[in-house]
Amino acid sequence: MKDCIVRMENIVKSFGSVRASRGVNLEVCPGEIHCLLGENGAGKTVLMSILYGLYQPDSGDIYYKNKKITIGSPKDAINLRIGMVHQHFMLVPTLTVAENIVLGQYPAWKVLSDMPAIQEKIYQLSKEFDLNVHPEALVQDLSVGEQQRVEILKALYHGADLLVLDEPTAVLTPQESEHLLSFLRELADKGLTILFITHKLEEVMQVSDRVTILRDGKAIATVNTSETNPRELARMMVGRDVLMELMKKEGESGEVIFSVRNLNVKDEKGLPAVKNLSLEVREREVVGIAGVSGNGQTELALALAGLVESQFDEIILNKHSLTQKDLSRLNHLGMAHIPEDRQKMGLILPFSVSENFIAETYRNEPFSKKGFLQFRTIKDYSNMLVKKFSIRVGDVDEAIANLSGGNQQKVVVARELDRRPKFLLVNQPTRGIDIGATEFVRQQILAERDAGSAILLISTDLEEIFALSDRILVMYEGRIMGEVPPDHNRVEEIGLMMAGKTEATA
Amino acid sequence: MDWANLRTRLTKMLRSVWSPFAAIPIALLLGALVLLAAGYNPITAYEAMWQGAFKDRTAFTEVLIKATPLMFIGVGLAVAFKCSIWNIGAEGQFYAGAVMATVTGIYLGDLPRLILIPLVLIMGTAGGALWGMLAAYLKNRFGASEVVTTIMLNYVAIYITGYLVTGPMIETKGLFPQTPKISEAAWLPRFLPPTRLHIGFIIAVLVAVLLYILIFKTSIGYTIRAVGINPIAARYAGINVKRNILLAMGISGGAAGLAGAVEVSAISYRLYQLISPGFGFDGIAVALLVNNNPLGVIFSSFLFGALRSGAEVMMMTAKVPSVLVSLIQGFVILSVVAFGVYRVTTVEKEE
Repeated sequence: MKDCIVRMENIVKSFGSVRASRGVNLEVCPGEIHCLLGENGAGKTVLMSILYGLYQPDSGDIYYKNKKITIGSPKDAINLRIGMVHQHFMLVPTLTVAENIVLGQYPAWKVLSDMPAIQEKIYQLSKEFDLNVHPEALVQDLSVGEQQRVEILKALYHGADLLVLDEPTAVLTPQESEHLLSFLRELADKGLTILFITHKLEEVMQVSDRVTILRDGKAIATVNTSETNPRELARMMVGRDVLMELMKKEGESGEVIFSVRNLNVKDEKGLPAVKNLSLEVREREVVGIAGVSGNGQTELALALAGLVESQFDEIILNKHSLTQKDLSRLNHLGMAHIPEDRQKMGLILPFSVSENFIAETYRNEPFSKKGFLQFRTIKDYSNMLVKKFSIRVGDVDEAIANLSGGNQQKVVVARELDRRPKFLLVNQPTRGIDIGATEFVRQQILAERDAGSAILLISTDLEEIFALSDRILVMYEGRIMGEVPPDHNRVEEIGLMMAGKTEATA
Repeated sequence: MDWANLRTRLTKMLRSVWSPFAAIPIALLLGALVLLAAGYNPITAYEAMWQGAFKDRTAFTEVLIKATPLMFIGVGLAVAFKCSIWNIGAEGQFYAGAVMATVTGIYLGDLPRLILIPLVLIMGTAGGALWGMLAAYLKNRFGASEVVTTIMLNYVAIYITGYLVTGPMIETKGLFPQTPKISEAAWLPRFLPPTRLHIGFIIAVLVAVLLYILIFKTSIGYTIRAVGINPIAARYAGINVKRNILLAMGISGGAAGLAGAVEVSAISYRLYQLISPGFGFDGIAVALLVNNNPLGVIFSSFLFGALRSGAEVMMMTAKVPSVLVSLIQGFVILSVVAFGVYRVTTVEKEE
């Protein structure tokens, strides 16, 4: 038997009727970067939560450093030198970096007197690993990438030999991701073992030594990264061949459905975020807005959805000139909106799947009659949508919070598309969802275009912009820098525009 | 509806309301220790308490009478809390309702009974609703936290009442700071003489059932719950969040105002300075104990009514000082809340 640091044997874990792990085996060698690849809902996070003591398995054994162990709580895991960086950071915003790192792990009465020593140790660690984190900074002042480094530092501070990262790049910009991956490689070279949960094939190929593929709560295979390719990984992960390229039908765009002239929007701090922006979207056309995140895309979407005040010369939807007031009831005027953050803006989480389906139409017949909700009709309608959009859900009365991210997004997409919008505003439609769902959502968007909708797509994922758009507008600091056709030969041009340079100035 | 479905729903319902009752033995045990330590015999004290609440028909109807205002206030607060509006101002809204009812009952006292009684109740409801909506307006217009404004509006309502009963509306004899009695045509009928049980109790149960239907079965309730859970998503879906805040506070205040009107027209027949012994605050616990389920409020208000009734008798016959009585009530609330938390966490784990 190979020497391994962690061996999980036949792990079974159920939540009620949902079987999250159905006998998973996993072996991780010391000093390797081991990816755990799988779609959302495949059981990656559950498996890692078991390893970190957050859940107890129903059956199965865990061996760590060749000893059979039970991990009753995260505290046990930390004592065993297992560190975990969760998808959602476990940091207290109003405390400093140093305070967060020792929080709960240090005798409370000694924290204050020992603080200088703690800070010094953190400072040294930060320097050694080139993490550039200041121990006295308040966590709330840090960027997302920096907060993640605090989480890693926390694990290192507690002497982790095994570091588990749950989809760490989901919250990062491409540059930050790049930085993180090379940093993880450095850590592994220093002897740390890293378990890396992801559903992104490129990351697996780029960073890992070995990869275990999970599907439907089972480990499908463990392969050496050097001996596989993305296509094979995708097939094992989804269980069938995956279209890596979407078929985009050629089609003539029609007349202008939606146009904006000189839109100005301010951000939360009152600074201009969108500056004199004008654009138009035609029938049977996807207009993609590319750009690095934080260049006014969020504010643009909020303004068009009528959720923040904006100034404009003219907004025309379907030949009707709109006022600021019209914007707040756009979904009655033929617009649908897939917002960028499904959990915050798109869904009402403790509500059931069916209650979420009717979030915009609950007041209309046939879903409510004389003010009374028609539960039978709502349920039938929900079952229809679940089938039509192949959403994986046990019962439509189940809380939507129990669904995986990809299936939650499908609920939003199904709800919005089923209203047959004339104009569809889509913001980051596939962020944080697995490739199966991504493929599906993108196909649906294209189908909607082919059916005649005018679609404005905002995405920081250039690949997505290229895959879906008929025209690409590049946004930088609230302005449209220029328009480019989706021609892969012109990626560099787009890249320059995203950095604020036009050919003239470059 | 098929039977299996009904059964699961009943079990669900029971599960959401059983904990207050299961927690009581623990609370009484803790209370017994305190009574012992203070040199009282807990058995006689509790016997007095039990007698006070359930000795005979009169005692039992007194429990229902005490539960009535708590039920009104509790269901109203349940609606506000479902909408995530932290209305701490039911006390003030109760006073606003009581003032409006008294004014109506005195100055329009010549109206016939069939008109006057509904009018008194409606005016009381309107008074409480407006008082509640004032806080909602301040929240919508200026972003003022309703926790702060409703607490402050409590004082305003209580002091206005104090002014009215010592000044412009004081009874003609002028002996006590209270108004004269309202017109007899405004008195709520009692239906189980010689007890004081009045139709206000039945109205309270009806209101609880109606608000349950409103919250869980209608599109209005859907909006209120959606706004309460995720106002951002609600706005994205095109729901007018501010209007719903106003509505939830209106319902909540209206129910508290109705409690005030019922108290005046069925029990006291007049307004005096401290007409509420803190109904508005007990109502918060009544609603929270049953996780803001309007039907559950019927049970939890009954529990509080029994405690209050029993405690009074315990004070009189077992000579237990009132501070100890309050202490035991505190134990009950704490253990019920603790049980509630336990229930929530175990249910979550099962799911």
